[in-house]
Amino acid sequence: MMLEIAGLTRRYAGLVAVDGVDLAVAPGSVHAVIGPNGAGKTTLFNLISGVVAPSEGRIVLAGQDITALPAHARARLGMARTFQNIRIFAAMTVLENVLTGLHVRLRAGPLGIVARLPGFRREERAAAARARVALDMVGLGPRAEDRASALSYGDQRRLEIARAIAQDPRLLLLDEPAAGMNPAETEALGALVRRIRDLGTTVLLVEHDMGFVMDLSDRVTVLNFGRRIFEGTPHEVRGEPAVIEAYLGAKVAARLARRA
Amino acid sequence: MPAWLDDLLWTYQNVVYALGINGLLALSMYVVLAVGQLSLGQAAFMGLGAYSSALMTLKLKLPFFAVLPLSCVVPVLFALAIGAPTLRLSGIYLAIATIGLGEVLRAVYLNVGLFGGALGLSGIPNRAETWMIYGLLGLAVLVLFLVGRSGVGRAMEAMREDETAAEVMGVNVRRYKLGALVASAVLAGIAGCLNAHVSSFIGPNEYGFEPAVTILSYVLLGGIGSPVGPVVGAWVLTLLPELLRGLADLRGVVSGLIIVVAVLFLPNGLLPWRMRRRGA
Repeated sequence: MMLEIAGLTRRYAGLVAVDGVDLAVAPGSVHAVIGPNGAGKTTLFNLISGVVAPSEGRIVLAGQDITALPAHARARLGMARTFQNIRIFAAMTVLENVLTGLHVRLRAGPLGIVARLPGFRREERAAAARARVALDMVGLGPRAEDRASALSYGDQRRLEIARAIAQDPRLLLLDEPAAGMNPAETEALGALVRRIRDLGTTVLLVEHDMGFVMDLSDRVTVLNFGRRIFEGTPHEVRGEPAVIEAYLGAKVAARLARRA
Repeated sequence: MPAWLDDLLWTYQNVVYALGINGLLALSMYVVLAVGQLSLGQAAFMGLGAYSSALMTLKLKLPFFAVLPLSCVVPVLFALAIGAPTLRLSGIYLAIATIGLGEVLRAVYLNVGLFGGALGLSGIPNRAETWMIYGLLGLAVLVLFLVGRSGVGRAMEAMREDETAAEVMGVNVRRYKLGALVASAVLAGIAGCLNAHVSSFIGPNEYGFEPAVTILSYVLLGGIGSPVGPVVGAWVLTLLPELLRGLADLRGVVSGLIIVVAVLFLPNGLLPWRMRRRGA
């Protein structure tokens, strides 16, 4: 498995945000996590990426236990993520944002940097070339030299994705990538996610747009009140009463079941 | 050198020294602010550099070319001791711990015989030359520029803007913070050494809270878009009192007013230009 999570729990005072969640993400797949607001999806992502420490449980990335590793070490092991509330570096240019995503690939030491040794220059040029490839992939190539804060909302989301894929991650976490996008943009995003997967990156995503999720995902995990209530293919999830109940409430679910 | 320039330099020798040394101090503050941290220990680091270097010169009779580089050893040790525990915590703790450091050190200078008590240390030979001060200032600006235009500079700016996002990109945020504090201690320590060796006297009250705030205001006025900003800020604030000398008693009022107006209307400093972050 690319990612294996066992009994992952995060308690806050008076609230269990994530409660004993198990999850296995197959390499080369697109795996979605869905659930109503407050189900613990973003906390789960924060636990996986190391932004938040778990109260209990284990996280294994490609066979290596990463539960105790800080976020920057997880990035080095090939994990990248985007954020639900966009977190680009606003004062930087678009290209500099993506170059920052390439941080883990830079090797030049202090001497190389200060003396501008050939190795450092080569590395910087290679990084810039790589960053431009990532920008072209999300369609932001022509905006490379603009200030990141000058981008539209949808473009800032795309920039976050470019910054993450520039890391060439094994596992890419996308936190609500389609939020605030119009149908055309969402469709383009779906095509982009497929391309990312085809290039060998496993994708784990949280999303509210059900059409997007059902279209794209190989497996879907459903969370409610911090617990995993179901996991299956998009087709199985669509017909599962427990899932309908979680979203629509028991009464509506019962009425729907009678009618079916 | 023409006679008039020689005259001018001689008359304003102390201002010339102060411009260079305060530029170094501004850079020492800039390095920390550049990673999004607030430290008020620059004056304390400067004091450690000044006292330790003065003692090396007076008691150990070391030559100045050895004293100058060694002057950053003690400040760096203190930076590590104070940074390691406080940088795990969020923002304000470093500021408070460094204020504390300044006050504790002041009490130590006042009460330990070795440091001369309230009289301070006097009779320090004037061994720092103008060319040394400006050479080091130029070198510091150049190195900070080169580092700023590399992956390290990008990581630093990323941390300042969004620590969590930077960490997720693989930036070891804590190591960078500690590194910045150590670099800051080196710059302040050397500035302290230069200061001690141009003024022949140092006292315990030169390195407390007030000079720390003055150093901070250099950077706030100059801006942190590039290493040139803080130096410009230091020069303006060092020259202002000299230029306003004619105003006599109103000097403090006018110079304070100028700072307030500058901060209100130039939130990015006098030099808002932001350096680019690419090395090739």
